Amino acid sequence: MNTAWRHILLGVAVALSALVSQHAGAQVKVGSKNFTEGVIVGELARLSLADAGVTTVHRRQLGGTRILWEALLAGAIDVYPDYTGTLRFELLADEKLRDDSELATALARYDIGMTRSLGFENSYAVAMRSDRAAALGIRSIGDLATHPELRIALSNEFLDRTDGWPALAGAYRLPQQPRGLDHDLAYAALDADQIDVIDAYTTDPQIGQLGLTLLQDDRGFFPRYDAVLLYRRSLESGAVAALQRLEGAVSTTDMQRMNAAAQLERQSEQAVAATFLADRLGVASDKRAGPGLAARISSRTLEHLSLVTVALLAALLAALPLGIAAARKPRLGAFITSITGLLQTIPSLALFVLLIPLLGIGAPPTIAALFLYSLLPIVRNTHAGLTGIPASLLDSADALGLSRMARLRRIDLPLALPTIMAGIKTAAVIAVGLATLGAIIGAGGYGQPIITGIRLRSTPLILEGAIPAAVLALLLQGLMELVERWVTPRGLTIRQQTADL
Amino acid sequence: MFSLEQVAVQFGTTTALQPTDLAFEPGSTTALVGPSGSGKSTLLRVLAGLVPATGLVQFAGSSIADWRAVRLRLGYVIQDGGLFPHLTATENVEIMARELHWSRDRIDQRRTELARIVGLPDEPLARYPAELSGGQRQRVSIMRALMLDPDVVLLDEPLSALDPITRARLATELRSIFSALSKTVVLVTHSLREAQFFAERIVLMRRGQIVQSGSLEQLERTPNDAFVTDFIAAERAL
Repeated sequence: MNTAWRHILLGVAVALSALVSQHAGAQVKVGSKNFTEGVIVGELARLSLADAGVTTVHRRQLGGTRILWEALLAGAIDVYPDYTGTLRFELLADEKLRDDSELATALARYDIGMTRSLGFENSYAVAMRSDRAAALGIRSIGDLATHPELRIALSNEFLDRTDGWPALAGAYRLPQQPRGLDHDLAYAALDADQIDVIDAYTTDPQIGQLGLTLLQDDRGFFPRYDAVLLYRRSLESGAVAALQRLEGAVSTTDMQRMNAAAQLERQSEQAVAATFLADRLGVASDKRAGPGLAARISSRTLEHLSLVTVALLAALLAALPLGIAAARKPRLGAFITSITGLLQTIPSLALFVLLIPLLGIGAPPTIAALFLYSLLPIVRNTHAGLTGIPASLLDSADALGLSRMARLRRIDLPLALPTIMAGIKTAAVIAVGLATLGAIIGAGGYGQPIITGIRLRSTPLILEGAIPAAVLALLLQGLMELVERWVTPRGLTIRQQTADL
Repeated sequence: MFSLEQVAVQFGTTTALQPTDLAFEPGSTTALVGPSGSGKSTLLRVLAGLVPATGLVQFAGSSIADWRAVRLRLGYVIQDGGLFPHLTATENVEIMARELHWSRDRIDQRRTELARIVGLPDEPLARYPAELSGGQRQRVSIMRALMLDPDVVLLDEPLSALDPITRARLATELRSIFSALSKTVVLVTHSLREAQFFAERIVLMRRGQIVQSGSLEQLERTPNDAFVTDFIAAERAL
């Protein structure tokens, strides 16, 4: 047995065991959102669990709040870090929860438990350079009202949200006209003294790095965003205890430092979390060297290819009969093409969120989404190829006495083949690109380094995913063209001769 | 061979063929003639079961339950041949025989015989339709129509797409082929001259209806409508 086969079998075995273990519950699965702090806290949780002897795995940087929440409810993950503010004002906003105890009660209704605060909060704040604040005697947000000349730049989201700047300006009677600025650029502009005041998140690493002052929110305008761990209440008590060890263990300054180590010094989240736990809680670290570049790329290629091929093969099996049926019955055809067209318009993120309760996270929902997106090009081209056959040829075929199946096999499909192949080619190229999104629900593949690279603003990491993805798309397209040339009947490639004998 | 009783064809709100009675005797040759939109092609397509029709269509004395069985006893030739572009000329000719699992020997024998009848050498038979001349394509189409030795041959403007010289040559050959094989032949054409050349009986049609049928002589001597005289005169004027 050669190594390629062994790899494929290994991949299948790993995929199967992942599916099985999803139900076995032997392993505690920690999830984290797709931003650095989330991944670090996820690592803290994993290391703390591992230290308590619990078998655990970290499904890192899975999309946003909605995806993590659905995955937690579906049991695809058992634990993930979030913020009380996010839970109260975003996720469970409809329930109008007044405090954290009401939040805990609400979560219990979903059979979800919540630790006490881990010790830091990541909430909105207003920041100034310390020297400037000191010179103007500004200590609180309210003090800004007496300095209408101050230049304020805010992230666009904060500027637009009704509970953002408009409410803040109303509460503190602030006269300034702020402008919108990208959050990362804002720090640079503040440091260069081009602006005076920005909005910030309290754990942003730049606060410590640039020595900024966070203005006091003496009217309690900003809600609290205390970091907590959410867990399924079915979790064993030992595992819950290991999570509770982290309660109150991480101060806001600690978190700022860890964010700085990961984001500004480019240390791995795993190393950052391990060092912190070793220092503070005496947890033995398990720093391991990751696999090399070639190994990373080859394993991701395997993941990516298996997502795409499984989805495409399934789409082919479904779309060909659908396209044939659509071509036979015009009304049914209109229905089928509009349904598959409708599927195409569902944003991929929304589709993932819809699929998580049914299929969990990882490869299954990603394959399902790719399958649904691949249907339209194949169905539409099969339909177009079949209905584009000249009526005179179909009449000739019928008049010969060919049965329906024989006509389909000998005449209709061969004549429609070039168009059908073009549809499959489109679907394949789209699928390679879309499969990178699977990384946000833990499907791996080339999307993994891309989202990490975007999060850490690391171009080499982004390219580590983007280049292989582009190469794969081109290779696949080339392969399809070869197949196309090979399956296209020769008679269809000959130009009509004009000479008459 | 075929007989039609009150057969009509409706496409949506358009009547393509008014209720029509017509019989085709075995071994007879009939030309359906008329201007565009007269229903002559529709009538031919009814005989091949290619359009849904009301009324009673009988084949060989009984009404048709299974069109496929009837089609195996029909040959159908259209303008420019209707050859399948993805199959070679030989594959076009043999397609039904293969589908019916004829033996290789029987297929080869029949094809060789037909190639001799239509005067087509081996070399063009190996080519694809796009590589053939218009005349060659029509000869292949006729071979394909005759492969199963049908009782009836239906031809829809078989010569229209050809240049005058090829047309004249093929017309002469076709007439001798059909008279030698004594098939029931139904030919659609817009040319009276072509109709007279091929057929004993001319069926003149207009607006989905038969105006008159008979020999050209009968149509000239005793026209039962001014249209008959006009149509003949118009053809002569050219």
